[in-house]
Amino acid sequence: MDCLFDPRWSPYAVGIGIGVLSWLSFLISRKPIACSTSFARTSGMIERLFRGKRVESKAYYREIGLSIDWQWMLVVGIIIGAGFSAAISGDFHLQWTPDLWAAAFGPDPLLRVAVALLGGIILGFGARWAGGCTSGHGISGTLQLALSSWIAALSFFAGGIVTAHLIFKVLA
Amino acid sequence: MTKNNETQRRPLRSGTQKILGLIFGILFGFLLHKGGATKYDVILGQLLLQDFTVVKIMLSAVVTGMLGIYLMKSRGWVDLYPKGGSIGKSLIGGLIFGVGFAVLGYCPGTISGAIGNGYLDAFTGGLVGILLGAGLFAAVYPGLKVAVLKKGDFGDVTLPQLLKVNPWFVVIPLAILISAFLYWLEIHG
Repeated sequence: MDCLFDPRWSPYAVGIGIGVLSWLSFLISRKPIACSTSFARTSGMIERLFRGKRVESKAYYREIGLSIDWQWMLVVGIIIGAGFSAAISGDFHLQWTPDLWAAAFGPDPLLRVAVALLGGIILGFGARWAGGCTSGHGISGTLQLALSSWIAALSFFAGGIVTAHLIFKVLA
Repeated sequence: MTKNNETQRRPLRSGTQKILGLIFGILFGFLLHKGGATKYDVILGQLLLQDFTVVKIMLSAVVTGMLGIYLMKSRGWVDLYPKGGSIGKSLIGGLIFGVGFAVLGYCPGTISGAIGNGYLDAFTGGLVGILLGAGLFAAVYPGLKVAVLKKGDFGDVTLPQLLKVNPWFVVIPLAILISAFLYWLEIHG
């Protein structure tokens, strides 16, 4: 069981593990692994704290429902599971600026956080527009062979590859 | 071919589901960290086509998952839950997501893992941004639904349904194709 303490595993071992996990989530919980709707629910629940019950009547929140469910708990679990793996393998550390970013744009945390905020807004908006993210479409949807998910997943990477090259090859 | 033969099973209680969700999440997060997918450098490395870790993880998960899910589906053990889509929704939304993916350097699943890993850009700017973006979408949703999301609607069709073939005629060739691609990546990557 020493491998549990290794900071990195083969990507194939990880991928096969996620595949097997998807069998179990279909079989036991009858749900595909997905994440991004929970961020929309959280956003709605935070807005409800400030603006009250009327937030629930927004068309989008009526469709997805503003409550803590299986998927919301899954997202909480990801934080715990990744934190646990990082902690037992000596890989947990607080870091503001990723190395690759710092090498191109310097170590200033403020610039990185501002860009992450902008990226987050675009990502959160796009995830809801496409109706899923890298897990819901990219893994769970493509493995079910859903047409919507194959188109979305290929678009994620097309948009991502072009933008990453613009940032690191043109801007940097 | 009948579509989405519902298996006859009692729904689980909501409390049980929440605990199961938490357990699935812990295992998923554990695996994401072990794969390096909780790291900005790994995700950007993928989008810059320098480090193929993310694609290797995703494609091996897809092959494994697809074989098992379609086998269990053929035994009547599981149902499929394909999402509906349209050109306006899946293609345009996907491209917007992709831009955000590269600017942020995390996605909704991996940012959760990144927060657990201690990355503060994820926990501050990234998380707040995603919540704002999702809220913004909810605000414009009614207009967007009419104007864009329904354009080129194809519903929740799966590739075997689209091609009107037995699912295994898609599953087996795709599994071979993806495996061959991964093998090629290992040789030339």
